[in-house]
Amino acid sequence: MSQKGQTRNVTEKSAETITGGAASAASPADYIALMKPRVMTLVVFTGFAGLVAAPADMSFISAAIAMLALALGAGAAGAFNMGYDGDIDAVMRRTRLRPVARGIVPKAEAYTFGGVFTLASVTLMALTANYVAAVLLAFSIFFYALVYTVWLKRSTPQNIVIGGAAGAFPPMIGWAAATGSISLDSVILFAIIFFWTPPHSWALALYKSGDYAAAKIPMMPVAKGAASTRRQIMVYALAYVAVSLAPLATGLGGMVYAGAALLGGTLFLVLSWRVLNSRAGEAGTDEDGLYDVRAGDRAARDLFAFSIAHLALLFAALIAEHGAGLHFAFTRLWS
Amino acid sequence: MTEPENQETVRPAAEQETVRLTAEQEKARKRRNVAIFWSLIGFIVLIFLVTLQRLTSNIATGG
Repeated sequence: MSQKGQTRNVTEKSAETITGGAASAASPADYIALMKPRVMTLVVFTGFAGLVAAPADMSFISAAIAMLALALGAGAAGAFNMGYDGDIDAVMRRTRLRPVARGIVPKAEAYTFGGVFTLASVTLMALTANYVAAVLLAFSIFFYALVYTVWLKRSTPQNIVIGGAAGAFPPMIGWAAATGSISLDSVILFAIIFFWTPPHSWALALYKSGDYAAAKIPMMPVAKGAASTRRQIMVYALAYVAVSLAPLATGLGGMVYAGAALLGGTLFLVLSWRVLNSRAGEAGTDEDGLYDVRAGDRAARDLFAFSIAHLALLFAALIAEHGAGLHFAFTRLWS
Repeated sequence: MTEPENQETVRPAAEQETVRLTAEQEKARKRRNVAIFWSLIGFIVLIFLVTLQRLTSNIATGG
């Protein structure tokens, strides 16, 4: 064998041709983006409302760690979702800058990241709160990552109706963290988010339907058309507003909550009515931003924006009443 | 002596490939390592706090 063959037994490769591992150019910020920080914020907010509204006390440290566990669990679910959906995210304007879609974080790393944070978050929840909350957290991650992302999202226009359950778990988890159980009130909090999800998601889908069609995701406007979607938004809006009044009947919601539910609910119905009578979803999609729309789609954009504000308002009212001592239940007026 | 025609097949087992990182990739790797370090420290602190908290409450209730 030649001298060259004996000594030069290490081959160098250009790092630019390799992705992932040591050769990755991904920064910690890219991994934080994997966790969908905006979704995490809403998850922690609604989870905190469930924890505060529950009829049990939790120490500050335990509550803070339980909420951190919830946030990490939501982040883990987000990482699984981005890992699996990298191909369709790259096609859609709204999601094409996500780390897996850009190729800066390899799919396998997104899954590993999701797995590590699933273990960490469920363990933390079990240690700091209880097994009921930990099991609910694990189930919600499983539901979002597998049932919604892998199974439903690409196969049925009911994807966000059934899959919406994953996003509805946080207040139930917060409640379970404080009490160790599931009760009627925590099921009501679950139902509020469950019925809120279709009008919220379909309002967005109406003015981003071109994106979903390009990615071949059978969102309701793509699969059944804009007119059918607008009608279904109205039906779910009625159900959502009705369910959002349920805490007034059980005493979970007080006067502040009543104001948010009644006034906000009325506006929600008005905006849904405007969507029903608009031509939203028929103009196509050319805009980049989350809130950028063509003229005909404004009603859908307004409902989408207000839906976030209204849900936040309802849960803020619960936090204010139960956390800040403003709770004067409606039921006490006549019982 | 003539060199074997298929040199790749007779290389020693210890032979390995390495990757030469660009300066930016080196920096990114360092940032990720620092983030992993602090995440692990944070997780350890959290477990420690939870342990202290549970011990305290169990002692207080005589459990």
